[in-house]
Amino acid sequence: MTNNLLIKAENVGIQFGGLKAVQNVNMYLNKGELIGLIGPNGAGKTTTFNMLTGVYQPTEGAITFDGKKINGLKPYQVTKLGISRTFQNIRLFKDLSVLDNVKVANHNLAKHSIVSSIFRLPSHFSGEKKMEEESLAFLKIFGLDVYKDELAKNLPYGMQRRLEIARALAANPKLLLLDEPAAGMNPQETHDLMELIAFIRKEFGLTILLIEHDMHLVMGICERIYVLDHGQLIADGTPTEIRNNPKVIEAYLGEEVVD
Amino acid sequence: MKKSKSFWGYCLLALVIYAVVQLSISMQLLDLYYQNMLITMCINIMLAVSLHIVIGITGQFSIGHAGFLAVGAYLSAVATMKLGLPFPIAILIGAVVAALAGLLVGIPTLRLKGDYLAIATLGFAEIIRIVFLNVDYVGGAAGMVVNHMSTWTYAFIGVVITILVISNFTNSRHGRGCIAIREDEIAADAMGINTTYYKVIAFAIGSFFAGLAGAIYAHNFYIIQPTTFGFLKSFDILIYVVLGGLGSLSGSVLAAILLTVVSTYLANFPETRMIIYSLVLIIVMLYRPTGLMGTKEITDLFKIGKKGGSKA
Amino acid sequence: MEWLQQLVNGISLGSIYALIALGYTMVYGIIKLINFAHGDVFMLGAFIGFYAIARWDMGFFPALIISMVVCAIIGVIIERVAYKRLRNATRIAALITAIGVSLLIEYTVIFFRGASPEAYPGVLPNKSISILGANISTQSIFILGVTIVLMILLQFIVHKTKIGKAMRAVSHDADAARLMGINVDNTISATFAIGSALAGAAGVIFGVYYTKIDPLMGVLPGLKAFVAAVLGGIGSIPGAMVGGLVLGVVETVVSALGYSLWRDAAAFVILILILILKPSGIFGKNAREKV
Repeated sequence: MTNNLLIKAENVGIQFGGLKAVQNVNMYLNKGELIGLIGPNGAGKTTTFNMLTGVYQPTEGAITFDGKKINGLKPYQVTKLGISRTFQNIRLFKDLSVLDNVKVANHNLAKHSIVSSIFRLPSHFSGEKKMEEESLAFLKIFGLDVYKDELAKNLPYGMQRRLEIARALAANPKLLLLDEPAAGMNPQETHDLMELIAFIRKEFGLTILLIEHDMHLVMGICERIYVLDHGQLIADGTPTEIRNNPKVIEAYLGEEVVD
Repeated sequence: MKKSKSFWGYCLLALVIYAVVQLSISMQLLDLYYQNMLITMCINIMLAVSLHIVIGITGQFSIGHAGFLAVGAYLSAVATMKLGLPFPIAILIGAVVAALAGLLVGIPTLRLKGDYLAIATLGFAEIIRIVFLNVDYVGGAAGMVVNHMSTWTYAFIGVVITILVISNFTNSRHGRGCIAIREDEIAADAMGINTTYYKVIAFAIGSFFAGLAGAIYAHNFYIIQPTTFGFLKSFDILIYVVLGGLGSLSGSVLAAILLTVVSTYLANFPETRMIIYSLVLIIVMLYRPTGLMGTKEITDLFKIGKKGGSKA
Repeated sequence: MEWLQQLVNGISLGSIYALIALGYTMVYGIIKLINFAHGDVFMLGAFIGFYAIARWDMGFFPALIISMVVCAIIGVIIERVAYKRLRNATRIAALITAIGVSLLIEYTVIFFRGASPEAYPGVLPNKSISILGANISTQSIFILGVTIVLMILLQFIVHKTKIGKAMRAVSHDADAARLMGINVDNTISATFAIGSALAGAAGVIFGVYYTKIDPLMGVLPGLKAFVAAVLGGIGSIPGAMVGGLVLGVVETVVSALGYSLWRDAAAFVILILILILKPSGIFGKNAREKV
């Protein structure tokens, strides 16, 4: 298992003021896995994401990624190491074009310096050209290349969700964290999106951690599932194990009915 | 390749403007009053563009830009008047020291956001001014006598370099990183942009060109005094950027040109000028908060037929 | 007993800062706007008091009350005309508008009456009494007394009245307050009225104490009062009082040590230190952005 291990969180927790938002989270992902993270509203799923990506600093515990300790690092450093994410409430660069949104994430793959850009040295032109080509390739995968000059804020909702994933992918991650990628989509769109996620996972050899509310979806595609409730992990296992776990059923009681 | 064609077009345009004015000056078609207005215009354009990279591109709300103008003005004046260095070297000294001051101010303050950053930059600008007020070597409150050395040529070259460097920076992966910070700092960070680094870099570049403008400013009048570089001066520069459109380089240039002309004609009625300025500002903020140009560039207006507002 | 005298001077200056800072902090607490025009309301208050005393032969208290009432009205007008439309605008737009309003007030006053300063008539008896060997003017004690009464009054309004409760509710969560049936617009106007009245009072007190007023007198005390508000923790009423007093004493000490030209820098150094080290101020709470 050690050879295959990509990320591991040990006893991770965070306090806001005196309130323990998340505590004692132990989880791991092996290379190539597609893992789900579920739980009722306010269970601490997004907070966990924020800790894994450096947006919040865990107040306890340790996170190791690819053999390196990553808690204490800033988000951009974590991203450079190979963790990239999307946001629950879409955070695109609204007034930038679709293409530029992807190019921003492609930033760290380019090498040309500020000086070369200011003096328009050859390395600037080759670097920018490469970024343009790579970014366009990502857009093509997501069927967004036709919108490349459109401002991100003018895209339809479903396309914005896709663009967020394309942008996250352009940062060249090993681990992709998707925070409710299908939120607000209709069943057809959700279905297409899941096929797309399966495709990029294979194509780029990604490991994916997915927060999702749609239980059918999570049960359908994830290999293992972690369940959070009230800031604590209450269960983990295969979809079948989770489905029959009494703790999970209890946590979701009432919510399932709505679903 | 289309890009490089338009680049040479701009070069030609700049050359023509320069040649026409220079010719008019040497044929004595332009008297000192208008020459001075043109040089002031150039200084204001440099200031506007140098603040544009901080506020318009990177979205960091600095209202203490006059502090860096003061650093450039005083340091270059010391270089020429006290050390007897040639003017071009003095300009460089003024700009470099202003950039260093920008780093000094920017590194601690740029992790603040919005209102807090604004008030901190204002505080730093006041401290810089009070320091010059208390240093007898540069004349204290009475100010420092400076020889007139700025010419149309120096001023125009300054403008060209300022615009070229800042637009080249903006249209690169680095500039895109800065715009991403303006749009959404948390997302930019999550996409691998070192936000602190780019905020500080943009701030230092802005300060560098404010210092450059300061050097030319100092050698255009016969005296520089600490009172010149107070909050009102910072505010003047802020108006160019805001009125022109936050995020639009050509907008801030246009606003600087327009307002220089207006304030030159209103120079004898300073109260009226300030009343008009403040009214315009309030009305623009209430009815068109994006400024005249929004984030668009003047070149975008010529391609209305095409889609989108890409600035590439 | 030189230091005791300086301390009293510092507290007098500080209490003026505190009165202005209260308006900043209340307005910021409720609509998250740095009301740059607040220092100019302070200036207007000083001039209204001046005309009331010098032209209409009023005593100190009638002048103080007239100034407070007129400033309250001006504050509400500024809010209704300029700021109300900006509630959902960007912070930058709001801040720039506030700067614009500030300059508009200053230069309109200069336009109509010129920039020349005015000498405040003495309305209060000014005797020195000797306490522990220090000469302390009755005026500064009187002023301190008025300030303290105003602050107690404010605490009473904020904590014991219906409008005070509404103000606290709106500053906590405007949308929730609206759903609870609170008239948010009126509450914000009331906040401006109270804050501006205090600034007006500070203007009259400043005039009586320092005897010289001019149309740009509000700029620096305005900025410093903001520093005081930040120092105490912006949004916090006790914070503004403490911040004002601390700032006043520090400035007086810097002057007394012979660095009077650096006095103004002291306030800004404090500002920057507090912003960098503890941006929430002495009494403030930390806020973090939700991701």
